[in-house]
Amino acid sequence: MEDSSHLFKAGHTACAGCGQSLAARLVIDAAGPNTIVVNNTGCLEVFSTKYPETAWNVPWIHSLFENASAVASGVEAALKYLGKKDNINVIAQGGDGSTADIGLQALSGMLERGHDILYVCYDNEAYMNTGVQRSGLTPFETNTTTSPVGTQSIGNPRPKKPMPEIALAHGIAYVATSSVAYPQDIQRKVKKAFSLKGPKYIQIHVPCPLGWRHEPNQTLEVAKLAVETGLYPLFEYEFGKLTSVRQLQEPKPVEEYLKTQGRFKHLLAQKEVLAQIQKIASDNIQKYNLKVNPSA
Amino acid sequence: MKEFLEGSHAVAEIVKRCRPGVISAYPITPQTHIVEDLAQMVANGQLNSQFVNVESEHSAASVVLGGVAAGVRSYTATSSQGLFYMAEVIFNIAGMRLPLVLTCANRAISAPINIWNDQQDSISLRDAGWVQIYAENIQEAVDFHLIGYRLSEDKNIMLPVMVCMDGFILTHGMEVVDIPEQEKIDKFLPSYKPLYKLDPAEPISMGLLADPDYYLETRFALQETLKDVLKMLPKISHEFNTNFARDYKDLLVEEYYTKDAEKVIVAMGSVCGTIKEVVDEARKKGKKVGLLRLISYRPFPAERIYEILKNVPKVAVLDKAVSLGGYAPIASEVKAAFAAKKKSPKLISSFIAGLGGRDITQDSIREILRKLNGKEVNLEFIDLKPELLKESYGG
Repeated sequence: MEDSSHLFKAGHTACAGCGQSLAARLVIDAAGPNTIVVNNTGCLEVFSTKYPETAWNVPWIHSLFENASAVASGVEAALKYLGKKDNINVIAQGGDGSTADIGLQALSGMLERGHDILYVCYDNEAYMNTGVQRSGLTPFETNTTTSPVGTQSIGNPRPKKPMPEIALAHGIAYVATSSVAYPQDIQRKVKKAFSLKGPKYIQIHVPCPLGWRHEPNQTLEVAKLAVETGLYPLFEYEFGKLTSVRQLQEPKPVEEYLKTQGRFKHLLAQKEVLAQIQKIASDNIQKYNLKVNPSA
Repeated sequence: MKEFLEGSHAVAEIVKRCRPGVISAYPITPQTHIVEDLAQMVANGQLNSQFVNVESEHSAASVVLGGVAAGVRSYTATSSQGLFYMAEVIFNIAGMRLPLVLTCANRAISAPINIWNDQQDSISLRDAGWVQIYAENIQEAVDFHLIGYRLSEDKNIMLPVMVCMDGFILTHGMEVVDIPEQEKIDKFLPSYKPLYKLDPAEPISMGLLADPDYYLETRFALQETLKDVLKMLPKISHEFNTNFARDYKDLLVEEYYTKDAEKVIVAMGSVCGTIKEVVDEARKKGKKVGLLRLISYRPFPAERIYEILKNVPKVAVLDKAVSLGGYAPIASEVKAAFAAKKKSPKLISSFIAGLGGRDITQDSIREILRKLNGKEVNLEFIDLKPELLKESYGG
């Protein structure tokens, strides 16, 4: 039995090994009971609130696929009107599709208007709820159901949309990335975010065993390798300044990450593509100064 | 106190006095004057409200959805494309049973782009589960906002209300109007006490997934509640009359010389002012002509319409919208009100007029009355310009 003190309770219908459900629990436990959650449509919404049951032990609302940022803006405005905003946290959250694609406009509006809201993007790098279609956050040359491998295609032709940089460009209080492989990192960053007034954005890498095609018991291992190769750099910005990164002793070659998942299987024999993906990781390592000893 | 006011300003005044704590809107002609006035009232400290300037109508509707869900009376206004961009949220608000008032400054739909009045925008959203009431003049537009909040927040209703007012004709027209006093408004419309809200002290989940075991009943409940609105509107109008010295009969329809009429025009909104003038003129000449003005389009008061028109020989329905490829929206429902009934007019003709702001003149109305002398017509467009038709489709 799970500890009943969690604000996101057991008994929901997420798949075995779901990275998003674990991250969502870590986020809300760090935020605490005085939190209102606004959820975009997506896996998390579907598996946690099938009527007449709910996994949420905090006030929670879902309206549509793309409008959590705007609904949360209304909730925050109402709390301000009631004089209750100082005591209550507001979280807007969704998957990568509802964040970077269909909900980007509403998110941009929320960030630009300066609402005191934390937006959490659970990034599993495709539309998993509808069956693994590519999103703006699907990595380069990933095999998905709408970026399939064929004689004329080796997968998703574009790299991930730089969502954290887009959020950062709004000049907001806090932008961070995290990974479900590092629970303490998630919780520290959520708490840090709520110590700052204004809009904040956290993007958390959450493997999806079904969509990524790895064993459910490998979720944390897979997530860890994404960080250790430099493909998913963990960093945080406060008021536009890079204040911390998760450094790597010795970055691992990207193949070690790619070979763990069926969605990248077709790439392993393609030297040129592997070199391109290695360059994405190396650029991250350089950009965020991830190496403990850069000269080594 | 009676004042000479622009329609938009009058609406902003009444909205202010309804004390919404959250206002959100995105600019679209001809809704703009309403929200500009409200923004100025907030800027001047005359209205204590959070005014959220959003990046789209989709977000405007979503912000007020969030505001009401958190337990605060909220307000938005839009028009035409803006209402369509909201459409997804509009359905969602009704399904979530969140009380709200939205002003729709009725405007034509693109393409071609056209900022002038017809009623295609709100009529196209008739299936959303909202109450839709249509004002004939600025005074009604004012009163309907107050009535709208009262109805919407009734514990037995809990549905959003769209107050529809013809763009430019009512939003930018000037009229002597009576804006009710704050004290009386506060009595008629006490502060909003939500049945359910987002509150950490009592956590609830809102907007859950309903599978086939549950969904059907939620839609049935919406339909049943809208039927209840047909009973509630007459009660509220009676109470409103007592408090504010008005003379609304039931807010479902208005009968204008229908009792002995041989010809009745059914219409909705500001055009009814023009029709009343034509009726007055005809009556002076001893012609038995009348008007049945539809006020509540959703819910549709089919039984009232049946009772009023069952002995009228000839009926013309004037629609300022069209269900392209089908029928005229109001006409099809008026006709349906007589299906399998004992009595019925001999003839119910359907006319389309005024689309995209084409003036509906007294002559247009007289032409409709003349056409009732012939055979029943369906979807006859009034005031078409033959010379332009050749250009349009070479016909």
